[in-house]
Amino acid sequence: MTERDVPERDVPAAPATLMSEPSDTGRFGEFGGRFVPETLVPACEELEAAFREAWADTTFRLELDALLRDYAGRPSIVTECANLGRQLGIRLLLKREDLNHTGSHKINNVLGQALLAKRMGKTRLVAETGAGQHGVATATAAALLGMECKVYMGAVDIERQALNVFRMRLLGSEVEPVHSGSRTLKDAVNEAMRDWVATVGDTHYCLGSVMGPHPYPWMVREFHRVIGDEAFRQCNERLGDVPDLVVACVGGGSNAIGIFSGFVDTRSRLIGVEPAGGAAVERGQPGVVHGMRSYLMQDEYGQVLEAHSISAGLDYPGVGPEHSHLASIHRAEYPNVTDDEVVGAFQQLARTEGIITALESAHALAWIIREAHTFPGATVLMNLSGRGDKDVAQIMELLEL
Amino acid sequence: MTLTIGRMEAELRAKRDAGRKLLVPYITGGLRGWQDAVRAAAASGADAIEIGIPFSDPVMDGPVIQRASQLALADGATPVSVLAEVRDLDVSVPLAVMTYYNTVHHPGPLRFAEQLASAGIAAAIVPDLPLDESGPWCVAADAAGIETIMLAAPTAPDARLPRIVARCRGFVYSVGLLGVTGERDQLASTATSLAARLKMITDVPVLVGVGVSNAQQAREAVRVADGVVQGASVVRRLLEHGADAVGQYVAEVRAAIDE
Ligand SMILES: Cc1ncc(COP(=O)(O)O)c(C=O)c1O
Repeated sequence: MTERDVPERDVPAAPATLMSEPSDTGRFGEFGGRFVPETLVPACEELEAAFREAWADTTFRLELDALLRDYAGRPSIVTECANLGRQLGIRLLLKREDLNHTGSHKINNVLGQALLAKRMGKTRLVAETGAGQHGVATATAAALLGMECKVYMGAVDIERQALNVFRMRLLGSEVEPVHSGSRTLKDAVNEAMRDWVATVGDTHYCLGSVMGPHPYPWMVREFHRVIGDEAFRQCNERLGDVPDLVVACVGGGSNAIGIFSGFVDTRSRLIGVEPAGGAAVERGQPGVVHGMRSYLMQDEYGQVLEAHSISAGLDYPGVGPEHSHLASIHRAEYPNVTDDEVVGAFQQLARTEGIITALESAHALAWIIREAHTFPGATVLMNLSGRGDKDVAQIMELLEL
Repeated sequence: MTLTIGRMEAELRAKRDAGRKLLVPYITGGLRGWQDAVRAAAASGADAIEIGIPFSDPVMDGPVIQRASQLALADGATPVSVLAEVRDLDVSVPLAVMTYYNTVHHPGPLRFAEQLASAGIAAAIVPDLPLDESGPWCVAADAAGIETIMLAAPTAPDARLPRIVARCRGFVYSVGLLGVTGERDQLASTATSLAARLKMITDVPVLVGVGVSNAQQAREAVRVADGVVQGASVVRRLLEHGADAVGQYVAEVRAAIDE
């Protein structure tokens, strides 16, 4: 990077925290690992080494900080919802990841991975996407950094997130429909992995959540740590304290892990909200798929079950391994909400606060609305992971507005 | 280290040492007609047969084997039903199963290995279980007398191959190309180059699989390798034409590699 007016930055030594580096084999407790075909092992090892080296390199960190600030629009603000808070009898704060460039938290991770891929000499990105937000973010980074990009998306999701499909194509990416299995996020991951197995020489797999084989769950968490770092500072300035609860929706769990990272070592209660039809922690058992050992919805023989959720971004039968670990040590809780509760929350936020949320993020709010009576007067920080423009057509159909 | 050599490896070594090139067709268990296809393959010159236990998310498989797996699952195939049907096969060649790790992980490595052994299975291939994660399974498999066939990939650096080979029982599965299973127009150059690297460091039979798509390509591969595994080209014939077509195809490949 050339000298610019970016501030000096010291890369801090990792403090003792519940969210430290995983073990040598990529384990968070008994979860994680690297369950990939032999073909991909050298690529995962190479990625781990490259990330470790880049993350310790001030030049890389400054370059990423500059992109996050000048391109993605960070820091994202915190908005207090006085109207809805009053209705619920709580103090409600939203961390506004919806205001980032491309409309969700996904850009934090994608800019990190794309810069890293470029540094590794890769010329092409592949990605899976559910709601299309990660796909749009990846297509955006590819356009910015002059890389080729192909995004795999389940045929079901292509239909319900048509706007994002068009955005990706506008940005110059190829969108490949996936017709296998449940034709949603799970199958898009399979297809992106199959692509990577065949193209691993020049291609980086830009995985969209804190899942997959080591080092992804760790690396993606580090790229989203900025959410928690900022939110911790913002809460401290505004409240002089940490919030009583920190709440986020969980598909693979990247926006949740990002915001949790700022509060995991504090007294805040951490809540990751899953969809009722994809409740990996509550309804699943430990299993191995997509390169990791984690909670997974599966049948009595270990066949992976299809998730069912109104929100394409949470329609996933598994969860990132660090969430499985946080659940198993009882540091975080993983309740779930129904599609109906989500649609109600989506509307309530629009009417009371003038904010149209993504359906994914509406899961976190639905839980807060349902449970607020159990923590009256509490201060609740919710990660508003994305904006709802992409969901408006789907909601319009649903509500017949 | 002294190891008793299992049935798969003993039979393949003996045939290889007698100058025969080895042929191992793959057939998706639970797919309509699969038992007849196994019998037809055994009668037409297969030296061992690989039986797929279908899994919902087969990341190492291309469209043909994905489709076969989905059809088998839709017909109600489970690991238990496939292994029960294995007991009725009554073929004389050794059998390996191919499945993904969650199928092993779910019952647990010990129980799964015992289930394989009691069905008369000689060996197992788990393509999403790399060397570094294979410990618990390999211990359980060794204890139950199941030979674990390890995959070696073209991307492996030289230092990794001896470690893979050391952990390998039955035969070494030399992955023919960068990619998933499926038929290709040509044999990739990696097919013979990796097999050659492996042959230099091991006496265990080296078979090329993934992307060996027809009799001609099999013949090319065995110029270097000890044999071939053929998957998508076999399963496609079972899907399109039935078990007899599998027998004819295996005979054709047999003749080509015997030349
Ligand atoms: C706005 C938004 N929030 C959340 C998610 C779920 O991902 P994660 O659980 O990794 O945050 C998505 C995924 O598409 C999303 O678009």
